[in-house]
Amino acid sequence: MNDAAELTVEEREATLGGIGSARKRKEDARFIRGQGNFVDDVKLPGMVFGDFVRSPYAHAKIKSIDTSAALAVPGVAAVVTAKDLEPLGLHWMPTLAGDVAAVLADKKVHFQNQEVAFVVGVDRYAVADGILAVEVEYEDLPVLVDPKKALDKDAPILREDVVDKDTVGQGPRRHPNHIFTWEVGDADATEAAFAGAAVTVKEDILYPRSHPSPMETCGCVASMDATNGVLTVYGTFQAPHVIRTVVSLITGLAESKIRIISPDVGGGFGNKVGAYPGYICAAAASIVTGLPVKWIESRMDNLSATAFARDYHMTGELAADADGKITAVRATVLADHGAFNTHAQPMKWPAGFFNIVTGSYDIPVGHVKVDGVYTNKAPGGVAYRCSFRVTEAAYLIERLIDALAQKTGIDKAEIRFKNFVQPEQFPYDSSLGWEYDSGDYPAALKKALAAVDYDGLRKEQAEKAAKGELMGIGIATFTEIVGAGPTRNCDIVGLGMFDSCEIRVHPTGSAIVRLGTKSQGQGHETTFAQIVATEIGLPSEDIVVEEGDTDTAPYGLGTYGSRSTPVAGAAAAVAARKIKAKAQKIAAHLLEVGEDDLEWEVDRFKVKGLPEKAATMKEIAMAAYSNIPEGMEHGLETTSYYDPPNFTYPFGAYICVVDIDRFTGEIKVRSFYALDDCGTRINPMVIEGQVHGGLTEAFAISMGQELVFDEMGNILGASLQDYFIPTAVETPEWETDFTVTPSPHHPIGAKGVGESPNVGGVPAFTNAVVDAFAQHGVTHMPMPHTTWRVWQTIDELGLNK
Amino acid sequence: MDKIAVKMTVNGNTVEELVEPRMLLIHFLREQLNLTGPHIGCETSHCGACTVDLDGRSVKSCTIFACQADGGDVLTIEGVKGADGGLHPLQEGFMMEHGLQCGFCTPGMITRAHRLLQENPNPSEAEIRAGISGNLCRCTGYQNIVKAVRYAAERMNAQQEAAE
Repeated sequence: MNDAAELTVEEREATLGGIGSARKRKEDARFIRGQGNFVDDVKLPGMVFGDFVRSPYAHAKIKSIDTSAALAVPGVAAVVTAKDLEPLGLHWMPTLAGDVAAVLADKKVHFQNQEVAFVVGVDRYAVADGILAVEVEYEDLPVLVDPKKALDKDAPILREDVVDKDTVGQGPRRHPNHIFTWEVGDADATEAAFAGAAVTVKEDILYPRSHPSPMETCGCVASMDATNGVLTVYGTFQAPHVIRTVVSLITGLAESKIRIISPDVGGGFGNKVGAYPGYICAAAASIVTGLPVKWIESRMDNLSATAFARDYHMTGELAADADGKITAVRATVLADHGAFNTHAQPMKWPAGFFNIVTGSYDIPVGHVKVDGVYTNKAPGGVAYRCSFRVTEAAYLIERLIDALAQKTGIDKAEIRFKNFVQPEQFPYDSSLGWEYDSGDYPAALKKALAAVDYDGLRKEQAEKAAKGELMGIGIATFTEIVGAGPTRNCDIVGLGMFDSCEIRVHPTGSAIVRLGTKSQGQGHETTFAQIVATEIGLPSEDIVVEEGDTDTAPYGLGTYGSRSTPVAGAAAAVAARKIKAKAQKIAAHLLEVGEDDLEWEVDRFKVKGLPEKAATMKEIAMAAYSNIPEGMEHGLETTSYYDPPNFTYPFGAYICVVDIDRFTGEIKVRSFYALDDCGTRINPMVIEGQVHGGLTEAFAISMGQELVFDEMGNILGASLQDYFIPTAVETPEWETDFTVTPSPHHPIGAKGVGESPNVGGVPAFTNAVVDAFAQHGVTHMPMPHTTWRVWQTIDELGLNK
Repeated sequence: MDKIAVKMTVNGNTVEELVEPRMLLIHFLREQLNLTGPHIGCETSHCGACTVDLDGRSVKSCTIFACQADGGDVLTIEGVKGADGGLHPLQEGFMMEHGLQCGFCTPGMITRAHRLLQENPNPSEAEIRAGISGNLCRCTGYQNIVKAVRYAAERMNAQQEAAE
């Protein structure tokens, strides 16, 4: 029973292309040829198009909508308004946060570019003509733009639909514009620590409203088949199964009559988690017309109407002893959620996992209070390439610890070493309620400091400062919390946030693996095959990975918050181990020995002490369909639903060096070193790619991305002309590095990495910029650090004289 | 709206079609010719996902009318091929150097780089960065795209030398 015995164990292992292999990506073959299948590439027979009439006002009553001229436009088939959706109960939809959101504006509009009517026509051009012909009469209302004024007594009331409700799904509220208050920690003990502290620092820190803006905007093709009553929706869904359940709950259609397909998705970064009016309107229009209906967002619609991120107005405080050892942290946050509470977080977490604000530091006590409010802006509040509100928390603590270093005169690296959770403290219970699984923060920072010659940089900085030049060194030693999550405290519309994997091994020893997640560029077709390859000893080249079709994939909660590897990756390993357990029984039968007499080696079971007697997984696969022990069922397939026992806590040490022109305010990123520890590394090439991309997004956020509104609620610059997406010219060079501290509770020790570079990158940039001005007493500068803003700081300080 | 006749070469094939005068080239390619490789990312000529080659120049097909390409020679990602009809060195380079993730910008990026390497067969890193600065990518951070273009330039130059 022994095949190709010439290969060594190492060679056989290499043949698998399993965990740790930098194998090239499976999905590339179609993309490099232009053969990807994105939603706008989907064409169905008889398909028509739909798009929105949008509101020019941020807050206004709708007095009338006249669709007659639009319906007379050649090629226009229908114009749908809230009135038309009302009989179907589809004019409002429930949100993932327990609120409701207008599908089409019902009597009033709450933000500029809100969806008012849906025009359906034979092609995009006819639809565009139709949109121009719809006449809407508005009566404008006072506009609420500044969240700090939302809870004023005389603030305009935005949500008349919920004005009498004492809750909108996330606890009691105290004002018509109030959504929730979320508190965690010990307020009294924190206050006591501050009262007795030798040193305290306090900073007002805004994490401005930004947008994930993936290269592909949101869209869908909805098709109701009248013959069998099945609604199929192709769309840009990061979480297709959740979308199916939500569509079923909204429409009353049986889930078995809804098929959601996420084809290739052109980036998501959190933007494609939620359910948008476009999906509902396309589905409703298809049900009504009997034709497939395509809706594709324009870039301006994307930036101005589908989910934004951040918009956290934070006040952060640290208390410390005279040696710079932190004794307490306090954060008070005003969260601008826009017109409807559509933020996509696990439902029990209205401010996500913001209580990770203790960061990488051993802080004995803390208190966090977050208030969410409505304003006349687009709804959202998604996690733009970060776990839920983790980038906000990491930004705050990493800014505060720098401020503390400046106040105490302690070096910014030194103060981190003083406060790190130590390796022997893991598993570590934070004062704000998390159990950090594993980490070695001092080792990571030590490696980073040595790699960049930190002492040399500080020396150079001092020399430059003496000459009046501006050089900044930014450190961020962040901790993420990802892999939502344990079903005991994580759910979305009541669905536990487990994930799933089904493995089917074919007779000749290849396999198909299906998961409940959905890649948007992360390379799941490549990396999940690697996990299974190592676990069951079949080459990853022979393992096909499929996701995104609710008719075929097992139920899962989708891809966001760096949850795919921690949750679905774990499900893949556990499912593979179930396969292996059955394979062991078959091997014992084939080799005529007891199960316990067998040991696993790379791709086969060997009889202990008789290494030449072995059954390879390929042989076992065939036997599973032809020669099985008595009492066993045929086949070699299984499904695993994995409920993670805990989150995973990736971490890293980033160091950014900037040179700032003291006459123009221009920032040049001289170098950026990123050390990530994501536990076991599945594919180093893919990890490096993720880190590069995440750092580039962090660069974009810290240096230029901001959705700005004027006092009338007009969104300024919702196009790529104004919204900053760095080109290859501005983007710095990235240097990546790593340490490996496996997660103790994950089946293969992996933690997830996609979002770490955003979480760690943003504070590293700001810390570098502020560090350049630290000698002049500057402790914080608000993002984004545009040349104009930096120049203003320079000018105020008189550094350009 | 009355349609007008256009005739052009697309990926080496002659096509004759009727189009509305206002039809954008990207819609003509994607909807009428079913060439869905080039994508639409912004409609304002900033992102470059729709980049195609027209008469030896890179153009953003979302801001040019199909009728403006009348009589022209158009190349899309579907027409980018290696000398032997297999993968072009650029396509190979993007795969080998991990120059793509979600793949949405990739067709425009490769089509642009294809023209860049004809304009400058041996570009430096800075020249590549400037040369692809009309094409946005949100996934990769460009570093591996630059490497992919270098990979292709080196392969193509070596092939050229071997041929001489």
